[in-house]
Amino acid sequence: MDIHEYQAKELLAGYGVKIAEGGLAYSPEEAVQRAREIGGNVWAVKAQIHSGARGKAGGIKICKTHDEVEAAAEALLGKKLVTHQTGPAGKVCGRLYIEAGTNIVKELYFSFLVDRSSERIVMVGSAQGGMEIEDLAANNPDALTKIYISPAVGLQDYQAREMAFALGLEPALLSHAVKTIKGCYRALRDLDASMLEINPLVINSNNELIALDAKMGFDDNALFRQHKVAELRDKTQEDPRETAAGDRGLSYVGLDGDIGCMINGAGLAMATMDMIKLAGGEPANFLDVGGGASAERTEKAFRLVLADKGVKAMLVNIFAGINRCDWIAEGVVEAVKKIDMKIPLIVRLSGTNVEEGRRIIAESGLPIITADTLAEAAEKAVKARNEVVANER
Amino acid sequence: MAILINETTRIIVQGFTGKIGTFHAQDMINYGSNVVGGITPGKGGQKHLDRPVFNTVKEAVNQVGAEASIIFVPPAFAADSIMEAADAGIKYCVAITDGIPTQDMMKVKNFLRRFPKEERMVLTGPNCAGTISPGRAMLGIMPGHIYKQGNVGIVGRSGTLGYEAADQMKALGIGVSTSVGIGGDPINGSSHRDILEIFEQDSETKVVIMIGEIGGPQEVEAGLYAKEHMTKPLIAYIAGLTAPEGRRMGHAGAIISSAGESAAEKVAILRELGVTICPTPAAMGETVAAVLAKL
Repeated sequence: MDIHEYQAKELLAGYGVKIAEGGLAYSPEEAVQRAREIGGNVWAVKAQIHSGARGKAGGIKICKTHDEVEAAAEALLGKKLVTHQTGPAGKVCGRLYIEAGTNIVKELYFSFLVDRSSERIVMVGSAQGGMEIEDLAANNPDALTKIYISPAVGLQDYQAREMAFALGLEPALLSHAVKTIKGCYRALRDLDASMLEINPLVINSNNELIALDAKMGFDDNALFRQHKVAELRDKTQEDPRETAAGDRGLSYVGLDGDIGCMINGAGLAMATMDMIKLAGGEPANFLDVGGGASAERTEKAFRLVLADKGVKAMLVNIFAGINRCDWIAEGVVEAVKKIDMKIPLIVRLSGTNVEEGRRIIAESGLPIITADTLAEAAEKAVKARNEVVANER
Repeated sequence: MAILINETTRIIVQGFTGKIGTFHAQDMINYGSNVVGGITPGKGGQKHLDRPVFNTVKEAVNQVGAEASIIFVPPAFAADSIMEAADAGIKYCVAITDGIPTQDMMKVKNFLRRFPKEERMVLTGPNCAGTISPGRAMLGIMPGHIYKQGNVGIVGRSGTLGYEAADQMKALGIGVSTSVGIGGDPINGSSHRDILEIFEQDSETKVVIMIGEIGGPQEVEAGLYAKEHMTKPLIAYIAGLTAPEGRRMGHAGAIISSAGESAAEKVAILRELGVTICPTPAAMGETVAAVLAKL
């Protein structure tokens, strides 16, 4: 789960990390009000969307008067921002963070990530801030310092000092830097974050370290014990179809194709989508219905897939383990009857009680196309989709 | 021989008396697994499925000689159960539980490394379908009947995709020595490479098929190991050709988060390393058959 910059900053401030003064606004009037409260004569008006690279997408505006703040807020609220992280669909800005301008002397890069190779938290820093980490890693890997943290004892002071020196900080800033670095680490550890990125971390003209931006991502598996974090979720930043799926205990990812999929198991789902592509089609979605695909769950999954009006054919591929094909078949037949499907449905069943499952489909009298193997299922789905498209012309 | 488990392996079930634990314990017993008891703290001394219930894993090790365990404990308590098993001297543990926090798994891995290698418990999972040595023993939640006994080793992240592979192989008359699910989480007990090392030592396993997916470094690591150290042919399929970058495809670990983690990139690297690639997920059976035919 991702959170907004302003939320991450609030959390980090609670762990002793210094941030610039700022406030949240939902309207241009509120934005001006926040600017007045903050005072001074330079403000940053920052679009709050779940994505990095907001600056490049025009999501951050530096303003020198209250009128400029108002105009910037006017322009950003409700606007769709497209970055390389949001994909072409972009994300709509519904909240603004108004922040006091900072006199930047130097920009640094600083983050914590889960490193899957070492199975540890890794702390990453660079004296070259402001750049995207991917670019930095690709163009100048030597400029990145990585320090691995033992899960048994956590981040040690010497490691924080090593990082401070690697960031090129002068000795006068050392104790402040150690406090900032350790504060970030404690936030990550205590809140079950899976990533924390401060880019840029800046030195201002008062020789203070300020988190000018902050990005945090959290381990979904740990939200059960992080109620405070779970409350920070902003559903407006998620694909509504994925939110609906998650609320129903299904795992869904919307894609650009037009063959809808319902499959049990994440690996088999990906493999089936691959098979569709190899057969010349494009999947409309990833959907893992999981182990216990009851009739009710099957119907919900069907509704979810068919809510995408671009879907021209639907493929169901179930390999029943704990499940039973006859139960799945009954669920599918029931769902098709209830929903009144207008597009071709291809069903492939395999595993426990497969004969019984196939019999139920065959005897249902419904125009369901059946397949015995994965390859056959994908080919039939692509063929059915092509026929639908040809008939539309 | 098979690897990790056989018909004599003394198995206990952690989370024995719960609904899910009970269902799968019965299923494993029906398959012929040597289930010698289970753990439910506070219910020690009772009988369940005609087998003793213990309060702690240590008691089970001391009293019935438990060697392997399977974990059906809910996510919040699963890491603790894994560490209890390791500390009690269990040799092999399968964690079925889906949804264990990443930081908990980091602690588990760190805890396991404290033991000298020869005493260290082998852990597979979490978030996996378990391990089966067909015809001998099942330590998992898979449909046992789709596996034929034979000499192909299977290691994979996904449960149902592993079933698909076993099913395709069975249709061609090919059997399995052992199938090991390593799970879909970003941090797991054993990597593909760890399991390949064990298969390499097993006289019964002639070839190995690795079923990987997008995300993480483990498939490439396994390919490097195979090139340097494996005498047996390695076949691989990598799922997720259509997966977009930065989107989690169901499994917490199935997310392309850095260069080299897409299916196409992994396939290219593995091919370079001399691994036989299954061109499609529908061709896993026939690819294994073709490699076996050349032996």
